[in-house]
Parts: sequence; C-alpha cells; structure tokens
Amino acid sequence: MIETKGLTKRFGDLTAVDNLTLKVNAGEVFGFLGPNGAGKTTTVRMLCCLISKTSGEARIGDYDTGRSEDALKIRKLIGLVPDNVGLYDDLSAYDNLDFYGKLYGCTEAQRKENIQRFLTMLGLWEKRDAMAGTFSKGMKQKLAIARALIHEPELLFMDEPTANLDPESAKTVRDFILELKKEKRTIFLNTHNLDEAQRICDRIGILSTRLIATGTPQELEKALSSGGGTRRTVVLLQEQATDAILAGVRQLPAVGSVTTEGNKLEVALSDPDKQNAAVIEAIVKAGGHIQSVTIVSASLEDVYLKLVREGGGS
Amino acid sequence: MRLSQSWIIAAKDFKTLRKKKGIVYLVVFIPLSVAILIPAVIGFIGQGKSPAELVVLLPAFLFFYVILGSYLSTPIASYTIAGEKVEKSLEPLLATPTTDSEILLGKGIAAFLPPLAAVLGGSALFMLLMDLTTKGRLGYYYFPDWNSAIVILLLLPLALLMSVQMNVIMSSRVTDVRAGQQLGGLTVVPFIGVYVAGELNLINLGDTTNLAIIAGALVVVDVLLFFVSTAAFHREEILTKWK
Repeated sequence: MIETKGLTKRFGDLTAVDNLTLKVNAGEVFGFLGPNGAGKTTTVRMLCCLISKTSGEARIGDYDTGRSEDALKIRKLIGLVPDNVGLYDDLSAYDNLDFYGKLYGCTEAQRKENIQRFLTMLGLWEKRDAMAGTFSKGMKQKLAIARALIHEPELLFMDEPTANLDPESAKTVRDFILELKKEKRTIFLNTHNLDEAQRICDRIGILSTRLIATGTPQELEKALSSGGGTRRTVVLLQEQATDAILAGVRQLPAVGSVTTEGNKLEVALSDPDKQNAAVIEAIVKAGGHIQSVTIVSASLEDVYLKLVREGGGS
Repeated sequence: MRLSQSWIIAAKDFKTLRKKKGIVYLVVFIPLSVAILIPAVIGFIGQGKSPAELVVLLPAFLFFYVILGSYLSTPIASYTIAGEKVEKSLEPLLATPTTDSEILLGKGIAAFLPPLAAVLGGSALFMLLMDLTTKGRLGYYYFPDWNSAIVILLLLPLALLMSVQMNVIMSSRVTDVRAGQQLGGLTVVPFIGVYVAGELNLINLGDTTNLAIIAGALVVVDVLLFFVSTAAFHREEILTKWK
C-alpha cells in the first residue's frame, strides 16, 4: 500500500527525512515512532502529496506521489488526521463532515450514512448539531478522525491522534483505531506513545531523520535482546545483597553488568536461560538466600531509547 | 479546474460568514447608509450647487462605491484565508482531492460575491435616491448613464478582485486575522486618492476616457497580482513557510 525508496526531504540545509526506504502492506497498522523533529510529520505530508520530496520515490497503491497527475488520485485514496485537528469551529459537527464529504465527491446518501455511522461509533451523534468550537479536545479529535474517514479511505494517516488527550479520551481513540484495524484498513500511525504503538500496531518503524529499525514489536525486542547485554535476570533475595554476593556474581564470565537496589539484583546476561544456573550457584555459595529468579527481556521502550540514542548520535 | 470544488468551498465560507455578525452588519449596513446619507446631504445642503457643479460631484460620489467594494472585501478575504490559517484548518483542506487553484478560487468567490452584491444593491439605491434629489435642479435623471455602468459593472469588480488578491498575499504573511485586515485595508488608499482627486475636480470621473484608463490600470494590476497571489497560495508554501 505504501512503498518508499530513498525518500528524502531537505529544507535548505536541514535534512528532515533522510533516505527513507519503507514498505507498508495493505490492511496493516504501521506505527511510526520517533522523537520530536524526527521527520514523522514531514514523511506523512510527503506521502499525502502535501509537500514535495527532495529525492527518492514514494508510491501509494499504484500511484506515484511525485507525479502531479497522481496527486489528486492519492488524496482521494487516503484520509488524514493531522496533528492539529483544524476543524471549523463555527460549523456544527455534522456540517464539518458534510463539507468534507462533498469535497471528496461523496453522494448525499453516502454522506448521510457515513456521518451517522462514524459519529455514532465515536459517541458524537447526539452532538451532531453542536458547533465544533464548543467541543472538548477529545471530542474534536474524534470529529477529526470521523472527518478523515468520511469518504471511506483505504489508507488512513494519523499524526499523533492521542497526543494531549486525557487518558479516557485517548483510550476511546485507541479503541476506535482497533475497530478500524478489524475492518482491515491500512493505518499509518505517527506516535511517540510506545505503549500505544505496542498495543495497536502490527509493525513499527523507528525514525530519527533516518529509519533506524522496522519490525513487529516482538521482533524489535528480540533483536535488541540478542544484540547482547540487555536481557536481564532479576534475582530477589531474602536479605540485602552483600559485597560477597556481588563479587561472586561479577566474577562469572558471562555477566555483563550487575546492579543492586535493596534486595533486588539485576544481572545482564547474553543468554540467561543457560547462564542463570551459574548465577544462582554463585549467590548461594556467597551465602545469599534466593526468593525468586525472573528473566526480563528488553521492552519496546528499551529498544526505542537505545536505537534513537544511537541513531541520533550517528 | 473544477468549479464545483471551488463552489463547495465558497458555500462553506458563506455559511461560516453568516455567523460573523460584525462582518454581516458591515457588508449590509455601510453600502445602504452611504446610499441614503449622500443623497440626503446633497438634498439638504446642496441646494446652492449649480447643475454644472452637480454633474462633477455625482460621478465622484458614485466612485465612492468602488472604494466601498474594495474596503468591504477585506474583512471577508482576511477571515476566509487568514482565519483558516489561524484555525489550522488548511492542512486537512489541502489533503482533500482539491487543487490549490480550486481552493484559491473558492476563497476568492467567498470574498468577492457578498461585497459585490451589497455594493451593487447599495449603488442602485444611491442612484435612485440621487436622481430623485437632483432632478429638480438638473431637469433630467442623471443616473444611470454609460459612465456609471463602467464604474459599477467594470471598475467595481476589478477593484474587488484587486482587494481579494492583495488580501491573499497579506494573509500569507500575517499571523492573525486582524493584522490581515489592517494590511489588506491599505488597498483602498489608491481608490481614495482617485476619489479625492475627483471631488477636487483634478480628474473628471464623469469622463469615459478617464474611467477607461483607470480600468486599464486595474486590469494590469489584477493580472500582476494574480501571479503573485497564486504563487503565495501554494500548498508547500502554506504548510512550511506561512507564519
């Protein structure tokens, strides 16, 4: 559904997006993670034919974003929820959607049906005649999502849809995205909410001007874990960790690092499944009494922070 | 270019403009006030004016409607363009299957038609009342004549077009609607200059040649502004460079 090759955007001397090569399959929810200024919004704007690329290629379905004659076809195929909702405050919720429905060429019957359907799904049907300017931030965000869906696009771009929302509104929006996922829509989700990305997305791309990594959340965690040092064994002791225990564990050749906090001992190992026995033996030999042993894999947050720091430095 | 897309945008702007009471009052009230006040003043204090003086004054007064047209399109153009910028509603609009030219034309129609209709209505009333006021001294109905047709049907639309285009350019450079209105309001200055020159008898605004020269100058300015305003209203400029 989306394919880019070496997509690059420069604003003068500033490179906003550098050599982005990416593929998003139809029906997939793709999360685009990255810190502020990573180039996420610029990428979405290029893919939506809102701004031009400096070099490289980008295709949406069968269309080339670089061809002016394809731009209108692409924009008809997609829906956009921008980071600023940009509703018409002096128009009712219904009229906001009706206006966009007309611009997308929907018939009156289609507009009526879709407005009712999406406003009902998002819990706004009762408020259809209220001015958008009177809506709360969460309601406006939902209305902006309904607006992006009014013409039933195959591909939906969402730029930080839950940013600045209270937890309840954010949950409603996330649940709605999961509903859209069931309908097999392709969704390109810009976010820096890692938990959201992990829960919603089939695959994730991490961007820091350059694309640093792509994969499923599980693949990314596994990749970092197998990279060494970040899979940990957490040992809970019955007593405070003594110097003898720390020394006993540190002398093991497989141990990367050892940190301690009260009776908790965290040991970085390349392969905890095989090396835990030696760690346990060293603790017991040093006089320690073990309550529990747990293997902790790298979280998506670990992966994200590690990759962004490395990517930002390079 | 699809006129239907532009019309959808203009219709939306008409709908939102109707809720801006200040703009509605301004557009309706001023042309009507002028239509009633000037004939009343002429009827009341202009009794001493000779027919020769009246035939100089009347076309100059009519030219005042060109100033009005230019002035009245400013708040609407500022609201429809700078207003969208302030509300950050341009990005979703630009993401629809609509071209920059279609959006710009839609905005232009929204800023052009209401003041045009109001000024046409106001000027028709003005000419009627002025005829009733001056017939006794002139011995004939002065309006309408060919020159008033040139002023109302040619100069007025050209001046409105100039004002709308100036406002597009100004709106791309300002951060709020009020600043856009203040800067856009400067478009009336050259018309005020012509009007004052007419009142001072420095230029005869009842002369067809003079009106044709003004119309020609406006056509040139409008063509030049068309290129500048369409360049300013480019989606990449709007999203990355508009402040």
